[in-house]
Amino acid sequence: MSEAAVPASNANANASEKMASLVREAENLKTKLEEERQKLNDVNLSNIAERLEQIAYVNIKPRKVLKGHQAKVLCTDWSPDKRHIISSSQDGRLIIWDAFTTNKEHAVTMPTTWIMACAYAPSGNFVACGGLDNKVTVYPITSDEEMAAKKRTVGTHTSYMSCCIYPNSDQQILTGSGDSTCALWDVESGQLLQSFHGHSGDVMAIDLAPNETGNTFVSGSCDRMAFIWDMRSGHVVQSFEGHQSDVNSVKFHPCGDAIATGSDDSSCRLYDMRADREVAVFAKESIIFGVNSVDFSVSGRLLFAGYNDYTVNLWDTLKSERVCLLYGHENKVSCVQVSPDGTALSTGSWDYTIRVWA
Amino acid sequence: MVTMNSEADKTQATNASSTAAPAKTDCSSSNSSDPLAVSIPPELEEARSAGGGGGGSASTATPSPTPLPNGSNNGVAYPETEGSSSSSSALATESSVAAVAAATSVANPPATTASAATTSTSTGTTLGAKTTAAAAAAAAATTTSSSSATSSSTAAAAGSKQSGSSSGLLTVSGNHHHHHHGHSQQQSAGQSAAQPPQPPTASALAVPATSHHQRGGKNEDAPNILVYKKMEAIIEKMQAESTGVAVRTVKAFMSKVPSVFTGADLVAWILKNFDVEDVTEALHFAHLLSSHGYIFPIDDHALTVKNDGTFYRFQTPYFWPSNCWEPENTDYAVYLCKRTMQNKTRLELADYEAENLAKLQKMFSRKWEFIFMQAESQSKVAKKRDKLERKVLDSQERAFWDVHRPMPGCVNTTEIDIKKAYRRGGSSHGTGSAGASLAKNPVEQLTRIIALRKQKLERRTIKVSKAAEALVAYYDQYNEFDYFITSPELPNPWQTDSTEMWDTEKNSKEVPVRRVKRWAFSLRELLNDGIGREQFTKFLEKEYSGENLKFWESVQEMKALPQSEIKEAIQKIWQEFLAPDAPCPVNVDSKSVELAREAVNSPSGPNRWCFDVAASHVYHLMKSDSYSRYLRSDMYKDYLNCSRKKIKSIPNLFGVKR
Repeated sequence: MSEAAVPASNANANASEKMASLVREAENLKTKLEEERQKLNDVNLSNIAERLEQIAYVNIKPRKVLKGHQAKVLCTDWSPDKRHIISSSQDGRLIIWDAFTTNKEHAVTMPTTWIMACAYAPSGNFVACGGLDNKVTVYPITSDEEMAAKKRTVGTHTSYMSCCIYPNSDQQILTGSGDSTCALWDVESGQLLQSFHGHSGDVMAIDLAPNETGNTFVSGSCDRMAFIWDMRSGHVVQSFEGHQSDVNSVKFHPCGDAIATGSDDSSCRLYDMRADREVAVFAKESIIFGVNSVDFSVSGRLLFAGYNDYTVNLWDTLKSERVCLLYGHENKVSCVQVSPDGTALSTGSWDYTIRVWA
Repeated sequence: MVTMNSEADKTQATNASSTAAPAKTDCSSSNSSDPLAVSIPPELEEARSAGGGGGGSASTATPSPTPLPNGSNNGVAYPETEGSSSSSSALATESSVAAVAAATSVANPPATTASAATTSTSTGTTLGAKTTAAAAAAAAATTTSSSSATSSSTAAAAGSKQSGSSSGLLTVSGNHHHHHHGHSQQQSAGQSAAQPPQPPTASALAVPATSHHQRGGKNEDAPNILVYKKMEAIIEKMQAESTGVAVRTVKAFMSKVPSVFTGADLVAWILKNFDVEDVTEALHFAHLLSSHGYIFPIDDHALTVKNDGTFYRFQTPYFWPSNCWEPENTDYAVYLCKRTMQNKTRLELADYEAENLAKLQKMFSRKWEFIFMQAESQSKVAKKRDKLERKVLDSQERAFWDVHRPMPGCVNTTEIDIKKAYRRGGSSHGTGSAGASLAKNPVEQLTRIIALRKQKLERRTIKVSKAAEALVAYYDQYNEFDYFITSPELPNPWQTDSTEMWDTEKNSKEVPVRRVKRWAFSLRELLNDGIGREQFTKFLEKEYSGENLKFWESVQEMKALPQSEIKEAIQKIWQEFLAPDAPCPVNVDSKSVELAREAVNSPSGPNRWCFDVAASHVYHLMKSDSYSRYLRSDMYKDYLNCSRKKIKSIPNLFGVKR
């Protein structure tokens, strides 16, 4: 991405002329791009998927309800052991659950409220979290007292930290922030390994590409864009537009060649990286609330999406049809995640609970 | 020109004058708990109406002559109420009298208006500022032509904002602004022409004229506004005269229940007009409309909808959440206080409301006299109203508070995501966001967009059909591993409360055939499975090409190390696999080796990605060569057959229709 240096312009005629020409250029490029992409848009995904059987029904029911938070649940993450869940809440607490027994195993109180993000390390021995404190903090999973004593701040943004993940190693953390940047941190030293500038709005979500090298990740932002980044260079390698409002959630298709997004415009979209374009939109007239979180089933056929209307919708990504609706939460669904072995779905909500569906 | 007053508009005006609620339109204003923020001087609303008349009505606070084609559009239409012209002017007179009384009771002569409004900053003087602003408006309404009434009321509103308070006056202009934008179809042409609030003239108050417009713009990107607008479009459809939900006045035992519809009718309408799947979804949809305050049960604090004969009513647009109400506790106190004065069973406080009132009384003990006075004057105004009209207004006001101060156990739908709230603040005040500065520099932003689009144009892409085929093929391959579509061999622990599946996985030496089959999907699958990787390593050793995998693994492990150990690990890998005298040389092209050499010896120090090119070269080599030979080898086939023999199970496809 070329970083054309733009001189600080004064409010004069020259500047407005320049603006006008830039706007024209951007529009021309858009038109040209649409023409180019249209040439290769030979058929719809749903046409190709016609040969597939319809998913008549999915055997999915609420199985567990995890109660214990005193306020909105903002983020959850499955442990690599497939049965523990960590959750973070507006109440400033981090709880580690054995979701299978619904027991709380650890609870840590943070010095901040609104812990917007939490993540398990690949080893399952650490958790990272943060939020309104602008920081990402790492806790070892031991006894409650020791957890609080051994916590360490790894990185600091200039605005809230909205999302964090461990990219294939306990030693690094990738974060996204309201300061519109993403950052890769060295856990041990707190050193900033790479920063990612390019979004013009708050970064709301990130996801690591499920490929063998793990060098790329995707981010979604309030600038309505989703970017694919190269961790090595810190550059945007691919960009996707189309949403009419904030992109709240991004997730890689398990094949690694497509991403799904969820937005405040109440739609989810599927972008294919090979075709470099949107290949499906998941929306309905009767769905008017924003999407907070999306995740794929193991085969990539189902997309789970958590909405502000308290429901989770299951989309057939290939046929672009809704399969079913999950009712149960009594307030906005803030996060959804399929368990590592694909046996269950966890959902966190503003109704203070976490639910496990299977 | 003043003839029939519209029902809806009158409701609008009387609503404003009677309720404690509408203290603020401005979301961003401070949380001051100023006692005077509580009520809207009724004459202001009237002044607005008069101003809207386009200069025709010189008489005192004459209601707006808006010719409304369809009153029902406005949420409250009373087919029963007749003779609106006379009744509303009576009402207007009443309210202006009340206003004058209010103004004089604070003993702040209108003459000092300008100075008070502009200079007052402390709470004590703010009180003066507001009242005088009100008084000024009242004076304008009574003595001057309508257009100047409008401008001075706007000025007064702006002035009181200036003084750092959250003023009830603000609401008037703010709401007025909104109302006319949202429902312009209801306004006559002449009126809307007169609508844009004029900047205050120098003779009025020396205040900036911009505040009003800024506020209007801010609401547009308020966090929930997108969804509010969508709901409002639906509500408007519901209120369409012939195609909407049938609104009736029901004759009850001793009285009439005006302007209601049943839950069953509503649900039926949603089912008919929206692409909802079933009654459950329609009901859920209705519930959301209700919990956001657009429709409400006529006598229940719980904002929900039942699919039966329960009566519901539309909320007046004035109270819609899109107006960004953030009513304060003092407003709530006045409202509750007022309810205790109105001696009616239907207005009796619920237990939680009584508790809230007690708490508020404690909190505002010093201001209580004022709150009480406010409540009293509002209650007085209310008593003068037509009985049916009052019923509707009371219920709408109650519903407003049920949204903003919900009954315990009910969701407060006005709560917003702090991330979105932060962003709004961030864009105007700056939170240190790099994006905010970018957003403020349109040239740079456009340059970025242009760069991204150019990058896209240069990209080589495949046809959509090819991408689609690949996605479908991926599903074909993985559907038997997708437990939401195909049930696993062993019972799903979450469905059966049995951990057998996990235990077997952990303890069993046998690898299920499904897992072994997966190794054939891709090299990534094979390497992701510990046993698969072990098998592949053995295979490579037999082929004397184990160093490729070893090199690739070493690079991945190195990349996962802490920064402090990177340098050493890089040297080790270089020495072992790539250096001229490496004991375990890998088969990499010279170009990749050169790139690696440069990276290793780079002056800025080696980084964890320095072997990436070489590693991906090796990976592709393994993928195209060793991996495909492994899949064809007896070693893999034997392993597959071995596990096939041990576990005989046909996956039970229950998710897919046969």
